[in-house]
Amino acid sequence: MKEETKKLFQIFWTFLKIGPVTFGGGYAMIPLIEREVVDKKKWINHADVTDVFAIAESIPGAIAINSSTFIGYRIGGIRGAIAALLGVFLPTFLIVVVLSIVFLQIQNNPKIEAAFQAIRASIVALIVYAGYMIGKTAIIDKTTLVISVGSMAILFFLHLHPVLIIFSGIILGILLVNVKRKLGYSVKIKKEKSTPAQQLECYMGDGI
Amino acid sequence: MILFELFWMFLLIGFVSFGGGYAMIPVIEMEVINKGWMTTQQFTDVIAIAGMSPGPIATNSAIFVGYQINGITGAIAAGLGMVIPSLLLVIIIATFFYRISKNKHVESAFYGLRPIITGLIGYAAIKFAISNHLLDSFSWYSGSLLAIFALSLFSLIKLRLHPALVIVMSGVLGAAIYS
Repeated sequence: MKEETKKLFQIFWTFLKIGPVTFGGGYAMIPLIEREVVDKKKWINHADVTDVFAIAESIPGAIAINSSTFIGYRIGGIRGAIAALLGVFLPTFLIVVVLSIVFLQIQNNPKIEAAFQAIRASIVALIVYAGYMIGKTAIIDKTTLVISVGSMAILFFLHLHPVLIIFSGIILGILLVNVKRKLGYSVKIKKEKSTPAQQLECYMGDGI
Repeated sequence: MILFELFWMFLLIGFVSFGGGYAMIPVIEMEVINKGWMTTQQFTDVIAIAGMSPGPIATNSAIFVGYQINGITGAIAAGLGMVIPSLLLVIIIATFFYRISKNKHVESAFYGLRPIITGLIGYAAIKFAISNHLLDSFSWYSGSLLAIFALSLFSLIKLRLHPALVIVMSGVLGAAIYS
């Protein structure tokens, strides 16, 4: 029992140290996870890390949170998953709360108000950048271009809830690929990943 | 009651937050505006703070929204709501379908999902541009905002500066020219 508590605390502590590094996005954690979890602690091996990130990006949620939770689960079951999740979550949680307190205190200062007028324009740029980065891997043929523009138009003119649009995307993807295959078209459903550097790059704008 | 409302709202959002946090911006925005908690402009500031902090943008936004609505307990409720789906999904996936990323249907689903997420983010960009006066009829002010927008986009795509750095630099510029 004592052994298990110790291990859970170790998992928590390891991810607590990794947490603040998620500044560079979920993928910035990989080298640290390799060093702390694979090389030092030998809890999992290198191939596991690759698998974990492949799954972390295909389920909902932030990549940093998903991958940490997954590794925690591999090491220590459900309790391990919770320990890793709390570890990776706590530092960023505290930083956001402190920044929120500071912001709410100073937001009426004229200098800060002026700063935020410019920052709001930059946030629009940040969103465009995220769209551009995801678009590079998403829009790979005419069909995906039509889906992308179509969903934007639907959101504008029909005011459907975005969650409905997300689910329709899942169904549409499965339907389209199957229909296209039945009709004898070859469907390239994924962009070929060229170099690891480019692969990483496309996630920089991901929000992670 | 408000705590449960915050927790529940972000729990549901957490379950659909595919493709990184930016796709969740219009979702969270629609919810907080429908509830009358914030304006789009206030929510833009939430994203600014979220972008300046380490950690996932959607989780950070949830924490800040929660904090603004109900202080520290609100932040905890919203933050946990956003991450608990990750915990549940990871446990389910790890137990039942370890090889999900190799599954044919999952890959096909992403063929449709990725362009939809791009569309969602594009929609968010236009909506935020309108609410923050970038697309107002031309004036010195809207022109300068567009210039900052272009400069920021250039720094992100071409100079590959870190988003947090771009936000800070833009803030310094804004404090200098708008006050």
